[in-house]
Amino acid sequence: MAISTIDGQKVWQRRDRNTQLKIWALWMVGTAVFMWCWQQISAATTWPFFWDAPRIAADIGGRAVPPRWSYMDKLWEPLWDTLNIATLGTVMALMMAVPVAFMAARNTTPSALFVRPVALLIIVSSRSINSLIWALLLVKILGPGVFAGLIAISIRSIGFCAKLLYEAIEEIDETQVEAITATGASRWQVMAYGILPQIMPAFAGIAVFRWDINLRESTVLGLVGAGGIGLQLKGSLDTLAWPQVSLILLVILLAVVVSEWVSAKVRGAII
Amino acid sequence: MSAALDERLGKPWKKPPLISSSGLRWALLIGSVIYLILAIYSIDVNWSRVYRGLDRGWQFVMAFAYPDFVSRAGEIKDGMIESAVMALASTVVGIAVSIPIGLGAARNISILPVYLVCRSIVAVSRALNEIVVAILLVAIFGFGPLAGFLTLSFATIGFLSKLLAEEIEDMDKVQAEAVRATGASWLQRYVYGVHPQVVPRLIGLSIYRLDINFRESAVLGIVGAGGIGATLNTAFDRYEFDTAAAILLVIIVVVMGLEYLSGIIRARVQ
Repeated sequence: MAISTIDGQKVWQRRDRNTQLKIWALWMVGTAVFMWCWQQISAATTWPFFWDAPRIAADIGGRAVPPRWSYMDKLWEPLWDTLNIATLGTVMALMMAVPVAFMAARNTTPSALFVRPVALLIIVSSRSINSLIWALLLVKILGPGVFAGLIAISIRSIGFCAKLLYEAIEEIDETQVEAITATGASRWQVMAYGILPQIMPAFAGIAVFRWDINLRESTVLGLVGAGGIGLQLKGSLDTLAWPQVSLILLVILLAVVVSEWVSAKVRGAII
Repeated sequence: MSAALDERLGKPWKKPPLISSSGLRWALLIGSVIYLILAIYSIDVNWSRVYRGLDRGWQFVMAFAYPDFVSRAGEIKDGMIESAVMALASTVVGIAVSIPIGLGAARNISILPVYLVCRSIVAVSRALNEIVVAILLVAIFGFGPLAGFLTLSFATIGFLSKLLAEEIEDMDKVQAEAVRATGASWLQRYVYGVHPQVVPRLIGLSIYRLDINFRESAVLGIVGAGGIGATLNTAFDRYEFDTAAAILLVIIVVVMGLEYLSGIIRARVQ
């Protein structure tokens, strides 16, 4: 808090002069950086297209309504594929994430010097690359189809699940582990009876949370050829079949809302 | 004799099951087994194609050992700058728009009609996938970073407004009331009573969102919305795995750096 004297009277101010000047300087630098960024974007934009946008949007909107409901017949199968990519991808990711998490947690890792950095590296590299990029790559390696999407989703989810899981493992109550160890239990028995029951709720929560995210992501994987409803979306976009596009977008929106509802219900039941 | 001994020993301890109702447990187990069989059955894997692809996969893994930063250095640099510019500009605009929306979406300081409107904006923005929004905006505004910038700003609004609104709803009422008791106007009440309480969290969230926006800007290029994604997509299409590996390494390094930086800044302001 700062007080300045104006005409012999003390006036309260939130900050003193130097702090205020520093804050203004920061704002100026920030504004300059933003203006430069905007200049870059503006230079790369075809402005006539921008001014034309309302007409185009109205045109596309007009073509997209009403959605072509009869196309729904062809969407059930891709929808089933999308669900499978999300669910099986989550299951596979969890199977791989559990050992990685145990290797990454400080209190359960076999070797803090050698194994833990490797586990952390796996977590970081899987987390920094988006599932769409993984899919792009796997389509080239495994060929287009559901299988590439499945692998992409599971690789992407390993890091996320393992990170949350190892944080849960590090926060367990050590006294329970000690009690089990005191009975003469082996390393595996300690894990099964001392650690697992403590992280089970976190594990279930993470699984459902990631499943929800995976369902969202698997709806667009088809854009790069990795199966699911995105394939239909790409086909409809490429042939400018806007009534089909609007139907697919509605279906995706509905699937996302339903998955969020399911995950909220399940997490509510667990916690 | 042995019956008496058994009675003394009692039953051995068994681990209590996770789900206590046995009917539900079996139903879940059988249901998931049936689902798994159906799901795995419906995925047809072309194993000969996979086998042929493994060679290419190995090439890609090897490319990480010899990433080629040089031959496409210009494209990589331009793409990264465009991604960074999009991420930064969209975060700034996103924050500027989400502060008023966040205020409106906080039940304790806004009136019901405003609350409902703001909450529905948040819900729509969160339900739509970034890629889907980007496709629509590319169709409307044409190719280029403007579509990506608008997409990321739109996604930022949903994320930041929701978390900001929750933070305002959890704030300490006493301070805001004290400021109000001095006869402050609505704006003064916000600036002196509410804002100082939420600003550390707002800074932390903004930096976290900058991090997310950069990651997302790396994929928007795949649908034509500018950024490094377009370069990456081209590299994959031309099977230039060494260039693709270089781009991926640059993305990983920048993302890790940003995450580290945001960790430091968030630890300092909170």
